[in-house]
Amino acid sequence: MAMTIHVDIVSAEGEIYSGLAEMAYASSVQGELGIAPRHAPLLAQLRPGEVRVDEGSGVIKSFYISGGILEVQPHLVTVLADTAVRAADLDEAAAVEVKRRAEETLSGQQADFEYAKAQAELSEAVAQLRAIDRLRKVRQG
Amino acid sequence: MAGAKEIRTQIASIKKTQKITSAMEMVAAAKMRKAQERMLATRPYAEKMRSVIGHLQLAHPEYRAAIMREREIQRVGYIIISSDRGLCGGLNGNLFRHLMKEFKAHHDQGHEVDFCTIGTKALGFFRRFGGRVVAHATQLGDAPHIEDLIGTVKVMLNAFESGEIDRIYVAYNRFVNSMTQTPTVGQLVPITGDQDEKLKHHWDYIYEPDSKEVLDTLLTRYIEALVYQSVVENGACEQSARMVSMKSATDTAGGLIDALQLIYNKARQAAITQEITEIVSGAAAV
Repeated sequence: MAMTIHVDIVSAEGEIYSGLAEMAYASSVQGELGIAPRHAPLLAQLRPGEVRVDEGSGVIKSFYISGGILEVQPHLVTVLADTAVRAADLDEAAAVEVKRRAEETLSGQQADFEYAKAQAELSEAVAQLRAIDRLRKVRQG
Repeated sequence: MAGAKEIRTQIASIKKTQKITSAMEMVAAAKMRKAQERMLATRPYAEKMRSVIGHLQLAHPEYRAAIMREREIQRVGYIIISSDRGLCGGLNGNLFRHLMKEFKAHHDQGHEVDFCTIGTKALGFFRRFGGRVVAHATQLGDAPHIEDLIGTVKVMLNAFESGEIDRIYVAYNRFVNSMTQTPTVGQLVPITGDQDEKLKHHWDYIYEPDSKEVLDTLLTRYIEALVYQSVVENGACEQSARMVSMKSATDTAGGLIDALQLIYNKARQAAITQEITEIVSGAAAV
């Protein structure tokens, strides 16, 4: 039997593929990569494209990913696929947007956290829950 | 029959409330199943991520990313994950109470705290009590996407890189089973990962395109994956907490109805007895 390597393809929202393969192909930002068993450890950034898994005897499975990271250990290939289209400036825009929103909703608010007030309100809520529990037990008992 | 009518309307109103709570219970049960599936689906990614980071910590990379190094603490950041809606028992309250203790400890040590809130409840809480909320995300819905979190995570990581905050934690409810949820606080940055004993010799990866770019991307994805998993897990907690608390509300309503029904029957009977007594004594007088 030919040498095999374990291939896992996962994305944040689910597992895509897991199995043994004779060869795996992916397109990194610098070009096409072919990974055979016992490949040297490698970390590569993937660009949107195809990941192909050659399971041997002519069976080739193909998956489309929109970028991600590829890790290679001698007996293990892991593809961490992105679910979203990513670009540095898009990420930056999202961060700026979130920050602006936070400033907007919280403008005119004092910066120090009021421990005493928060503590009081929380313990009140917990006491209410406990009282409800007790009431229910009394009723059932 | 003075009291009887009031009791009847009270029973009717409790019955209506009971209908609502039992409907909410069923909705929450259905959503919980989906949320749990979603939680299980995210696990492989997080596990693989963790093992890659574990390998990476044993490698001897030429480039050491800032978020893998400990440094002295002056200001810490918390990413706090809560639900968007209420009526889920003590879920959010318990988490906030747990956090209060931590904040107090930081306060006593002279550390300042920045917040980043996810979910309407946490935002409302910190809006009422002050504190520096640097970013927030709300209305993620039942099926949160990682895209919705990129911005918030980025704000915190940028703050870490620029030296504004020296440590980042994530706080959420961990799903134990559908009856139990535990408030959990985990350290996100600097990264501390699992260790794999087999790879202890001196080695390093081949990087493509170069080590800094790949590692920065990888570590950002790792943090995002951890936060995303926490959000999904908190979602499952929310639905199961709501299901349990709505179930107990329905049961309580049932108990109230029974008790009121008894009072109502007694009042009705007393009224009838009184009427008969009046008629009989009236007839005797004639």
